[in-house]
Amino acid sequence: MFQNRILKRIYTNKTSLFGLVLVLCFVLLALFAPWIAPAENPHNPYQMPQAGYAITPQAPSAEHWFGTTEQQYDLFYGVVWGARLAFVVGVTVTAIAFLIGLLVGGLAAYFGGKVDETLMRLTDIVFAVPSLVLAMVIAAMLGPDIKNMMIALTAVAWPSYARLIRGDILSVKRRDYVTAARTLGARGPRILLRHILPNSIYPSVVVASLDIGYIVLTASSLSFLGLGAQPGTADWGQLIAMARNWVLGTAQNPFAYWYTVAVPGGAIFLFVLGWNLLGDAFRDILDPRQA
Amino acid sequence: MLRYIVRRLLLLPLVVLGVTFLLFLLTQRLSPEMRASLYVKDARQMGSLEEVIKQYGLRDPVLKQYGRWMGQVIKGDLGYSPSANMPVARAIKEYLPATIQLAVVTMILVVFFGVWFGASSAVHKNKWQDILARFVSVGGFSLPIFVLGLLLLMVFYGKLGWFAPGGYSFQSDLIIHGANFKTYTGFLLLDSLLNGNLRVFADVLSHLVLPAVTLCIGSFALMVRVMRSSMLEELNKEYVRAARAKGLPERTVIYKHAGKNAIIPVITLASIQFIRLLGGTVIVETIFDYPGIGRFGVIAAQQLDIAGILGFSLMVAVLFVVGNLFSDILYTAVDPRIRLE
Repeated sequence: MFQNRILKRIYTNKTSLFGLVLVLCFVLLALFAPWIAPAENPHNPYQMPQAGYAITPQAPSAEHWFGTTEQQYDLFYGVVWGARLAFVVGVTVTAIAFLIGLLVGGLAAYFGGKVDETLMRLTDIVFAVPSLVLAMVIAAMLGPDIKNMMIALTAVAWPSYARLIRGDILSVKRRDYVTAARTLGARGPRILLRHILPNSIYPSVVVASLDIGYIVLTASSLSFLGLGAQPGTADWGQLIAMARNWVLGTAQNPFAYWYTVAVPGGAIFLFVLGWNLLGDAFRDILDPRQA
Repeated sequence: MLRYIVRRLLLLPLVVLGVTFLLFLLTQRLSPEMRASLYVKDARQMGSLEEVIKQYGLRDPVLKQYGRWMGQVIKGDLGYSPSANMPVARAIKEYLPATIQLAVVTMILVVFFGVWFGASSAVHKNKWQDILARFVSVGGFSLPIFVLGLLLLMVFYGKLGWFAPGGYSFQSDLIIHGANFKTYTGFLLLDSLLNGNLRVFADVLSHLVLPAVTLCIGSFALMVRVMRSSMLEELNKEYVRAARAKGLPERTVIYKHAGKNAIIPVITLASIQFIRLLGGTVIVETIFDYPGIGRFGVIAAQQLDIAGILGFSLMVAVLFVVGNLFSDILYTAVDPRIRLE
């Protein structure tokens, strides 16, 4: 029933449908990256191949559809493999952060009292600094590379899931069927695993998965600041970081290198837009009062 | 209310200690030489780091080190930042006003245009104004500020040459750091007016335009949404119908009656957004080379300037907690129906 309602809402609303199509396009792009843009080095496909070492970017041509950026990295290759990397980063970070949030939120809600208080103050601490700033500082101290960037993103993402899950569990805990299970003699762990979690987890799973767009946006911000993916990686934020030097163009043509910003920038924009449109649809369904 | 404020203020030391201690733990991964910069007082000491390491026991257990660092912080000494080439405390004092100034100008833009777009979108529901406003609010949410910033730089600096990056021009720099320019508040917009120097004022303001427009995009999108739905809600209420039945002109009904009530959520949102902007300043200041605290933080992070990073994080945490408290209090002041518990 729940699934039908979601599908119906998405099909009947043009913007949600557009969001769904965008996200699906990126999924296909990511899945078929090895066929769309064959890697020169299959062992490390996220390292972009270079067509020479000239500094100046080259405009789009038959050979390089989207042009090349600084040092002749092919932008088409970067966008395609960047989509794959975006999903790798987004899905991994969201999944791990969600599991940590599930553990912490579950423990806090189940035990209550001092455990709850301690764990929730811990989330307060992480919430006290803007997530981009905290992720930036953590990534810098761990050393800039993709793995550390993902650790930093996970470190700032889990507390919101912990709070969400804690709240959901607390509200489900008081439902009649939980009391019923308890009166039938079910023990704590069984009630938690069989009755409470399955009923409290689904809304949070949806909310978490819709955060993928936001996580990717933060990740590309870190890469843009030079604290994530390193030069030469097929990462959208990193491609834009390289474009920074070419914003001014030449004296005759101020927009000479527009594609260095527009191509990776467009990729991030459409990716995040897709997730946001999809997210709006889901939020309407989960909370009909706000619609 | 008072109890709430006290409880929140009690949370402040916990949060500040928590954030700095967790980050301090992370710094232990780095060599003592790098961490020594935390304890250096001026540039000349940077040459003899081994002595600093011994003197301050940088190979001691982490808790002992943290206690020592905190002791210094309480005395107002945040260490020396090699990346900014000055003590961290001085760097914060110098850069923070510029960032607050940027955030204030941004917020004025956000509220003004957000209310305007949101209200006209609600009044002309499903007309082109509405469609445009909804388009902008969805797009603004998804457009990364570093992409927007670079595009604006390309058009308004590269092509048109209207606005330059940086905090002020070279000529203003000479005036600001000259003998006749008195620093009253540290906010250049105010100081230039107090000094009666309109050229510096105009120059500083023109350097604020691009960063502020870039920074406002995300908050603006949210503001349009909130104003639109709030205005729609008010327009459907009984008192609006009563006002119309009385025969009041539509303009009066919309702006004097419905508008005044619809703006309440906007004010509370604005106070929350003001604090949130601090995160965005990190990127905007980097793109436009704007001499604010965000750029200081980024450079410190890029160059692994530990003293700078810890001082920056400490300051952000304090600002964030205090700012959130203020916005909560403002919440109740604007709308008496809300009670803090």
